[in-house]
Amino acid sequence: MRSIMKTSAAAIAILAATLGGASADGLTGNLKIFLDTSNPAPRATMEEMIAQFGEKNPDLTIETTVIDREAYKTQIRNFLTANAPDVATWYAANRMRPYVEAGLFEDVSDLWAEPEIADNLASTKGALTIDGKQWGVPYTYYQWGVYYRKDIFDELGLSEPATWEEEKANCQKIIDAGKKCYTIGTKFLWTAGGWFDYLNMRTNGFDFHMDLLTGKASWQSDEVRKTFANWRELIDMGAFIDNHQTYSWQEALPFMVKGDAAAYLMGNFAVAPLRDAGLTDDQIDFYQFVEITPGVEKAEDAPTDTFHIPANAENKENAREFLKFVVSPDVQTQINDGKHLGQLPVNAKSSVDNDKFLVEGFEMLSTNSPGGVAQFFDRDAPAEMAKVAMEGLQEFMVKPDNLDKILARLDRARERIYK
Amino acid sequence: MAQASVAASRQNSWWHRNQQQLTPWLFLAPGILFFLFYVIFPIFQSFNLSLFEWDGLGEAEYVGLYNYEELYWDEAFYTSLKNNVIWLVLYLAAIPAGLFIALFLNQTVTGIRLYKSLFFFPFVISQVVVGLVFTWFYDPTFGLLNVMLGAVGLPPMNVLGDENWVTVGIIVAGLWPQTAYCMILYLTGLNAVDPEQIEAGRLDGAKGWRMLWYIIVPQLRPATFIAFVVTIIGALRSFDLISVMTNGGPFGSSRVLSFYMFEVALSEYGFRMGYGAAIAVVLFMIMLTFIAYFLWTMYKEERAR
Repeated sequence: MRSIMKTSAAAIAILAATLGGASADGLTGNLKIFLDTSNPAPRATMEEMIAQFGEKNPDLTIETTVIDREAYKTQIRNFLTANAPDVATWYAANRMRPYVEAGLFEDVSDLWAEPEIADNLASTKGALTIDGKQWGVPYTYYQWGVYYRKDIFDELGLSEPATWEEEKANCQKIIDAGKKCYTIGTKFLWTAGGWFDYLNMRTNGFDFHMDLLTGKASWQSDEVRKTFANWRELIDMGAFIDNHQTYSWQEALPFMVKGDAAAYLMGNFAVAPLRDAGLTDDQIDFYQFVEITPGVEKAEDAPTDTFHIPANAENKENAREFLKFVVSPDVQTQINDGKHLGQLPVNAKSSVDNDKFLVEGFEMLSTNSPGGVAQFFDRDAPAEMAKVAMEGLQEFMVKPDNLDKILARLDRARERIYK
Repeated sequence: MAQASVAASRQNSWWHRNQQQLTPWLFLAPGILFFLFYVIFPIFQSFNLSLFEWDGLGEAEYVGLYNYEELYWDEAFYTSLKNNVIWLVLYLAAIPAGLFIALFLNQTVTGIRLYKSLFFFPFVISQVVVGLVFTWFYDPTFGLLNVMLGAVGLPPMNVLGDENWVTVGIIVAGLWPQTAYCMILYLTGLNAVDPEQIEAGRLDGAKGWRMLWYIIVPQLRPATFIAFVVTIIGALRSFDLISVMTNGGPFGSSRVLSFYMFEVALSEYGFRMGYGAAIAVVLFMIMLTFIAYFLWTMYKEERAR
């Protein structure tokens, strides 16, 4: 099969050459791509996109390997050192730091210097920058926020809140109606990290949040205590579903689907399963996490998924062309539309799909997030710290009285981890 | 003449003289080599690694006994250690439970083979499946356990979400297949019980518990020993159930040493190879005491024969 393709590709190339019309790119040689997009929709999207790249470069032999998303997180350590591909997917910000520091990712600042990328991808540049250099390109990102049951809100006569007081007043009415305000499943911990991100960014602002996650601020500071005090108000009201420590985020969805809980603080990827469970777009809606401390600039979580070139790659020039292809406006529009990834394109020249959540999310991130854009708790903090901290957050949600012990533990971990 | 000398020299060759002693070693050689390379060598490697701080990518930094000092201050380590002890103690319940089921099944009734296989069934299915089944059983909202508790008027409980119950809950799940394993060991053991001794005991008036304790159980000693060994080792390597049922949670309260080691060194958030190795060394020491005891017991029995 491959040999047939090669021959036909060669034939086309010869034909093109004889006709005198040089093809657009015309890369030759090999390109080995490793992907972690193992879920059905992302997988199909990536394969389609790579096929298009192959059509543009008929002489290029592309080899694609899709690895299970969870397994990828541990395998990347091996294949970056031993048997590196030419392109690999990963995550932005601190999550890529270990590989950058170990010299396993290629510096691609040259790509970011080209006007095409420099002008159109400015919003995500910070997330790909470590030590003043860029180490990869983003290919998709998505917003976080409160997804809620509009029909329940209507039934109880509630409207989208904008302040902390309104949020709590809404929640009290929902509880009085015998429901829970928020569903959440903290078995795998990171969902609690999302709540902390928002509470802390709204209480103390983006800059303090980043100081905390990069080890510059103390977990026992007054600011952090204020964040936890706000969180505790919700916990003491009984705002969260019971037994959340036993559920994964997917297992927490039925509470919202059945109407036992009214809202879910989640990433946009929660919309698809909610729709699959039978909720219509009239029943689900979205609002930006409310203001807590007046005057603190709003900042959002928008995790970015990325492509990198391993330092040990063999075909770096081809890889660079591929990265440029991935971030080009048309490709970005296509792979992020509702039929494909259903997320937000990273290129400012791309258009956002006409999906109400994507439109609202794009609007929010581009106009109403003046404080900054964070990646996510476990991508902004170093992995070790994230693990210890998220465990503490889960413990706090179950046993709020243990707060002092938890904060002392996190501070001890902080002193060890950020030396 | 020339031929005879060749034959003689062949008979006197070093290989020929030592054939008898060498052959067994030659047969053992592949096994020994693999054992040395894949078991003994990694043990020393772990010891060595536990003296370094290494993220698996960059340069390893020698830190002496720092990792062990960290362990000393680490609450999570003590939680894991405590859970290991709970596992060791409670898991042993599989031995008497297996014995009683074996005694119960050791009769000739039509279809007894079917009943035996049904009791043995949990040992055949994967631990992952056992874990999932029990997770659903314990589920605080939809689970069967709370329905049963409600039927007898008890309040519902969230076994896997309560840091005091979670380890016990997982051990109960683990006991299901482990009891079946012990049962099979005892069923084979019961086949070897000497009917004459039972007859003699009966003549002397032994019945019920006394018969069991003084006549049957002593004859089952080899089976008990093996059941003890596999149960202790099973308790120390409990990993899959914890990973499937709670992932170490809630807030790390169901971790055991093997799971904690995996978490710090190899999981999504783990980059501390040296620290993981230090935990492995501690776990190895615990196992070593048991293994030494088992080997010593076996050695004594060999000598007694």
